[in-house]
Formats: sequence, structure tokens, C-alpha cells
Amino acid sequence: MSSYIPVIGLEIHAQLLTQTKIFCSCEVDFGGEQNTRCCPVCAGFPGTLPVLNQEVVKCAIKAGLALGCEINRYSKIDRKNYFYPDLPKAYQISQFDSPVCLSGKVKIEGDKGEKEIRIHHAHIEEDAGKLIHDDIENTSLADYNRCGVPLLEIVSEPDMSSAEEARAYIEKVSGLLQYAGVSLCRMEEGSLRADVNISLKHADAKELGTKVEIKNLNSMKSIVRAIDYEIERQTKLLTTGEPIVQETRKFNDNRGVTVSMRSKEDAHDYRYFKEPDIIPVIITEEDIEKLSKEMPVLIDERMQLYTKEYGLNKADAQIVVNEKGISDFYNDVVMIYPNYKAVANFIVVEILRYVNEGEIQSNHLPFSAEAFATLVKMSEEDIVNKNNAKAILKLMIESQKGPMEIAKEQGYLMNDNTDEIKEVVSSVVSEFTEEVTGYLAGKEKLFGFLMGQCSKRLAGRANPKTIKEILEGELTKLR
Amino acid sequence: MELCDRNIAELRTLLDSKELSSVELTRYYLNRIEKIDAQIDSYITVCADEAIQAAKKADERIAKGQAKALTGIPISIKDNMCIEGIRTTCGSKMLESFIPPYSATVIHKLLNEQAVILGKTSMDEFAMGGSTQTSYYKKTKNPHDLTRVPGGSSGGSAAAVAARLSAISLGSDTGGSIRQPAAFCGITGMKPTYGSVSRFGLIAFGSSLDQIGPMAHSAKECATILNTIGGYDCNDGTSSRQEIDFESLLGKDIKGMIVALPKEFFEEGIDKEVRESVLAAAKKYEEMGVCIEEVSMPSLKYAIAAYYLLSSAEASSNLSRYDGIKFGYCMPHAKTYKERIERTRREGFGDEVKRRILLGTYALSSGYYDAYYKKALYIREKIKEEYNKIFERCDVMLTPTAPTVAFKRGAIENDPVKMYLADICTVTVNIAGLPGISTTCGYDKDNMPIGMSIIGKAFDDAKVIQVADAFEKDFIRKAPSL
Repeated sequence: MSSYIPVIGLEIHAQLLTQTKIFCSCEVDFGGEQNTRCCPVCAGFPGTLPVLNQEVVKCAIKAGLALGCEINRYSKIDRKNYFYPDLPKAYQISQFDSPVCLSGKVKIEGDKGEKEIRIHHAHIEEDAGKLIHDDIENTSLADYNRCGVPLLEIVSEPDMSSAEEARAYIEKVSGLLQYAGVSLCRMEEGSLRADVNISLKHADAKELGTKVEIKNLNSMKSIVRAIDYEIERQTKLLTTGEPIVQETRKFNDNRGVTVSMRSKEDAHDYRYFKEPDIIPVIITEEDIEKLSKEMPVLIDERMQLYTKEYGLNKADAQIVVNEKGISDFYNDVVMIYPNYKAVANFIVVEILRYVNEGEIQSNHLPFSAEAFATLVKMSEEDIVNKNNAKAILKLMIESQKGPMEIAKEQGYLMNDNTDEIKEVVSSVVSEFTEEVTGYLAGKEKLFGFLMGQCSKRLAGRANPKTIKEILEGELTKLR
Repeated sequence: MELCDRNIAELRTLLDSKELSSVELTRYYLNRIEKIDAQIDSYITVCADEAIQAAKKADERIAKGQAKALTGIPISIKDNMCIEGIRTTCGSKMLESFIPPYSATVIHKLLNEQAVILGKTSMDEFAMGGSTQTSYYKKTKNPHDLTRVPGGSSGGSAAAVAARLSAISLGSDTGGSIRQPAAFCGITGMKPTYGSVSRFGLIAFGSSLDQIGPMAHSAKECATILNTIGGYDCNDGTSSRQEIDFESLLGKDIKGMIVALPKEFFEEGIDKEVRESVLAAAKKYEEMGVCIEEVSMPSLKYAIAAYYLLSSAEASSNLSRYDGIKFGYCMPHAKTYKERIERTRREGFGDEVKRRILLGTYALSSGYYDAYYKKALYIREKIKEEYNKIFERCDVMLTPTAPTVAFKRGAIENDPVKMYLADICTVTVNIAGLPGISTTCGYDKDNMPIGMSIIGKAFDDAKVIQVADAFEKDFIRKAPSL
């Protein structure tokens, strides 16, 4: 297996964050009753004409700047022709050979260390509709709500060589686009999608192997699984001397395998030609300058801030920075409670767990920065213990109550009643005589055991520091 | 004088002075349509009720003294412009049941002035043709000789105006579809500069070539109509922001102008009587103090090929949306998507449309793109350059509108190559996006009208109208005897 090197390139489709669709005034919004978010223009009725939404061009330029792309001063719009029932005009308005963004590059931190991934180009285009298949009625229904939703297709060079690098690249691009304020990049809502191109190259070979394209990848998990599966499949074929067919394959999420969709022979001839209904886009130096001034702080600048100024380690900083919603939240929290590491740690371990499980959304956290700052502070200052702090967070998500309120209700507040602690400590010391003797004879480890017993009896509500002091005091008396 | 022989300026006076109401005028035209159109077959749909309602509203507006140029004037519309709630067929079975939920911008502009829409006129299917004989509905006849074609694709509009079945009309012109039928029917028709009239709501044929334009009895009327329907439209991304006052040069002296006579437009293939008539018109211009200068357009020999590649390529894409899913004809009993789309298109489109879709698809296909479509784009640039050069020196250009007068029905419309070649005099204007107007310059031995075209540089529409108007002032037209 090691004698083959995977060569991976990605086509990322990011939905651009505009109020209205790319060629008509329909509002862009996720969901909605079928065929209620479309009009004669995006449904391609006879006689209607597309008018380019200039906001889309602005978003694309900003995205290009964020991705280190060169911005094309003269860019044209083309038609990509193919018949499919979700494509109402039977052509997609896209860009073929003069995209808005030309070559760029992004830095990633993958499983093989830092790496630069080159971007071939990025172009604007309209999304198609959606087909809903009804196996019982044996019919297919078309929903045109997504028709005309503005997309930016970002085409990378084949610079990745593992599923992990592909994941890191997608996360990086998605972060950059979120920071630039041009896309929400929510895979679960379809505002970020990716197609994978993958081939295997023999370690000694100069030329690339036969390429396979994988479509229908709906989550980061399926992307990683599909790449790993495909590397394995292609390696098997190559080692047994079987040819790899140039084709488009579809990932089957249930079975975790890729299956052939169409071969090169059946590939569409898209008959690209210049879209006659839309004049070319001319982008001036002033346009670019103006937009670059509007660009918010970028991901690399925040990375610098977190590692250099706040003293976070690189891994934590990277995780916080990756999703703009999380990073913005972190910034708000440390403004209130500037314990940089503790806040970062709590976010990385606890909040992101709920985000990854899909229980909460990184840019719509169900609690305020103030509430979270209070919680971290309570935990750091031993007003509640660490485990209970986690439990409080869970209840904050569920009940939307404040941390102090929850702590009181649940009885999580640390007990500073030294009399009670003293009582418990002396009962432990008198019950566990063997352990006490052992400790006094030099078995220092047993101190932990005695601490544990005390904490247990105090039901985790006493400040460990206080227990420790009292326990030490009691034991010293016995020496 | 019969009401139908009045021009729209005279009708305006009659309406504004309350000597005539718009309802009376509308009823008059509706009666004529009922009596005469059975011979001509110019209308696919007559909107009698809507027209009377519109006329009533027009009369109310006139009574308030708020009439605009076209308030209360009966107009017909080529059936490829969408009118909300009125069937729009594009001359095709494919759109037999299509009732658009929106109106074209030009329709909004007409209705804002309370013009009275009488109905939708016949046309070659999807505007592809020069005879109006490929219409799925009405195969229109030429009012001057019912055995002849009216030209096309706006043949219904041309015949309706010539036969006085509407005062004026709107047509569309992709390669001569306004000017050639205007010439064949002895009226005036103009294709304005590309981008000067919104295409929103015009069912697309060749998007980079299509333009809506007026068809009427004079250049002056055309100017009036254009001032109503023209102007920037935010719903058309190719709409121009350059303002044109189409009437601004009317009546101004043309003395001292240089009129270009491109020699390639007078060579073989052009009927002798047509050539002589247009050259006689050139003489008349000379008498008016204009300088005639022979020029050359070497790329003309490639123009037909380039035009049919460009227009068919765009058409093949524009017509892909007719798949039987959302609107129009749908083959009802298909079992699969593939079967439905194939049979819908097989049954819904006529032969000429299919021919162009095949031609255009082929020209854009990988492996053929460079040899055909790309070369056609190159010729397009060449033609533009040659026009630019001519207009550096010359004010306008004078050419025949068509190589012949109207031909007999059934004579050549089944021979596609002959039909395509007959567009030689008109296509370069669309290829270069220029304004061109056709007006009658004479009649042949059979009393069939002969058309000549005045072509100008982009946005010189007013000048083109001025030059045509100068000729029309001393020219007496023959009305068809019906």
C-alpha cells in the first residue's frame, strides 16, 4: 500500500451569503415549502432573463482575497448545457474559462505537517434544484427552491495526499470563507459541498494515475470515509494489475462504499459558450481595494493573536480559530474573563463536543458570552468542581438558565463550611486506620485515596484545596 | 379617408379631440379582423374583450387630457412576446397551452400608455424562418398577393399592418425577421440598436441577436413607437443605459450626408428589379443632396454561415428548457424522464426548429466548437470591424432588404439552404448589433413591394429613421386590394 501515493484534488461548492439569488430577486433561505422560493426567472420560464446580482460578484472577490487568489479583471459568464430535471433551463449559468478568481493558495496543517494547497481557480455559478424520489408512487418530484442560489466553486490543484489533508483543507477554506463573511459553510444545510478527485501515483512514477471523481458527499465524515475507501479500492486494483477506469463515482453513505455513476465515455459534453444574456464582469483596481478594506480580520491574524498574545498552544488555537462563530465567541468571552487558556480549553473540550454532535450550532450558541465566562470563572475559582461545571454547561444548553442559577438549583456550589469538612475528615481518618498508618510510614500515594474518600462523602461539593489543607493538618497531628 | 388609412398622429388628433373614441376605433379594427383575417391568417389569438376593456380605460385617460403618444391606439403583438394571462405560443405546438404569469417589458410600457392590444400575430415557429409558413397555427398570406408569403418570421405582424388589421405592430428581429416581412408586405419595420429595447418577456431565439422593434406604415410611426417601448430596463442585463430620442432628427435636412452603398449587396443573387429599385432610391437621395459612396464589406460572403451557426447555437441552448416538465406541451404517457423529454420535444417542435437545434448543438459540441462556433465568433468580429470602418466616414448604409420580392407560398420554404441564403441582406445588422430600418422603395412588375434598408452605427437609430423618413415623404405606397 505504501508504494502508492494518493493524489487528491477538491472542488468545493460554497453558497455565497447574499440576500437574494444570483439572477433574480427571490430571497435565499434554507428550507421552505417546496417550490415557494422560486419565480419565473429562476424556474427558467420562456422570455425571462437573468440579471447578475452584483453582491455575488463582491462576495466572490472577497472570497478570492481570503483564499489568496488573483482577481480576474475581466471575467465572463458562460452556459453549461445538460439535461436534467432539476435544472429548469437545461443549462447552468456558470463560468468556464474566465472565472472571477484565478490561482491562489492556502496553508493547512494536515497529518503530515504544514502544507500549502494551491487553488486553481474559483468561479461563480447558480445552484440547481432538488429531486425527490418517491419509490412507493414510483415518481420523481422537482423542487426548484435552490435554483439560482449563488455558489462559488473553488477548484484546488491535486495537492493533497490523504483524507486528513482533505479534511484540513476543507476546514481551512470553510474558515477563511466564514471569516471573509461570504459564506456560512454549513455542510448539514448544503451551503458547503465538496466533490473529490482522486488518483494513485506509484512512488517512483512521474505521471499521475487515472483519476476518479467522487460525488454525493454530504458531510465531512463521508468525505473522509470515501477517500479512505477509494484509496483502498484503487490500491487493490493496482496491486492486482487491474486497470482503474476514469469515471465518476457516487458515495453510498449507508454502505460506506463508492459505486460507479458514469464512465468517461458517458461524460457530458457541456457545450460551454458565453452566456449572451449577461455582459462580462469588469472588476477595477478600485473595486478590489474597496472590498479588501471591508474584509474583516482573517484567520491567520487571529491565529497569531491566540498563539503569540494569548499563549494558547497551536493545536487549541487552530481548533478555536477554524470556525468563525466559535472564534468570535471566544473573543467575546475573554473580553469578560481574560483567562485565555482556561476559556480555550473549555471551548475545545466541551462546547465543540456538542457542536460536533450537532446539538448546537457554532454560530448560534444557545447561551451568551457573559454566561459562559461566568461558568468558566466558577470552575476556575472552584466555586463548582470541574465535573459539575460540565454538567452545568449541559443544563445551560437544555434549559437556557444561567450557570449560577443552575449551580444553586442542583446543589453544585462548593461547600466552604470547614466544620462539616473537618467532621468528614476526622471520620475518614478514624475509619481508614490502615491507610493512615501506611501513609505515615511513607506510602505517599495513599494521601490520594484518603482525599478521594473525603470528596466522596462531601459529594463533590467541597473545595478540594480546603479538604487537602484540613486532611494534611489532621495527618500531621498523628505523626 | 378610411379610418385604417390614418397614421397614428392623425388618430391621436381624432382621439384627443373626441371626434373618435378608442372604443370605436378598437371595434372598427376588430370588425376588420373578423371580416378580412380569414384570407390573411395574420392573428393566432384575437383579444377582443381585453381590447375593448383597454380602449375604455384609454378613453377615460384621454378624457382627463392625459393621453400619451399611443393611448387608445390599436396595436398587434407578435406571438413571442409574453402578455400576462394571454396565451403566448411562439408559433409552436410546444407552447400551445402556455399562459405566461408575467408580461414583457415592452407590453408593460404599452399598457402604461393605455395602448390597445388587439391580439397576437402569427410567426414562424420560435421565430425561425422567413415565410411564416412554419407556424403551427396560421400560415399567413401576403396581403398584396394571397398566393405569396408575407415574409417572416414577423409575417403575421407585417401582414396585419399591411392589411390594416391593426394600426401598428411589434415584431422581433434576429436575422431580419422585422425588416424582411416589412419589405415583402410594403410597410416600414425597424430593428433598433441591440440593447435599446428590453428583451425581457421576449421568448428567446438567439439572445445576442434578438431585438424587438416596431412595424408600421412609416419611419415616423416607428420612431413614435420606439420612444414608448425603448429605454433601459433593469430586468434585462444587456439593456443599454444610453438614452435615444428616436424622433429627435425627424424632418431635419439630410443634405451633406454620406450614404454608403456596399457593392457586395448588389452583386449576383440580388434580383434585377430589386437592385434597380434600390439604386433608383440612391439616385433620389443624391437629388436630396446626399453623397453616395461605394464601399465594400468583404466578409459578407461568410455572414450567412456565421449567422446560422451563432443563432442556432444560442437557440439550441435557449430551447433546451422545453422539456415538458414545467410548462407547455408535455407528452402525457411517458414512463421515464428520458422518454418524456424525447417524445415531448419530438412531438412539440416542428422540422425547422429541430434542424436548427441539431445544427446549433453540433456547432457547440467538443471537437467541432473550434471549427464552427469559434470561427463564427471570429467572423462576427470581422463584420463589426468592417462596419466600424464604413461608419468612420459614412453616415448610413443603403442596401436591399431582401434579394427578391415576396415569393410564392410553397416555392422555397421547404428548401432550407435557399431560405437561409435569402437572409443575406439582413443578418449582418444583427451580427453587429446595429439599427436597421426597411422601407418600401418601389414595386416590381407584379406590383409586389420592394424594400430597401438603411443601416446606421450603434445608437444612431434617430439618424436611420431620419434618412428613411426623408425618402418616405415623397413616396406613394400602394395599399393592397382586399
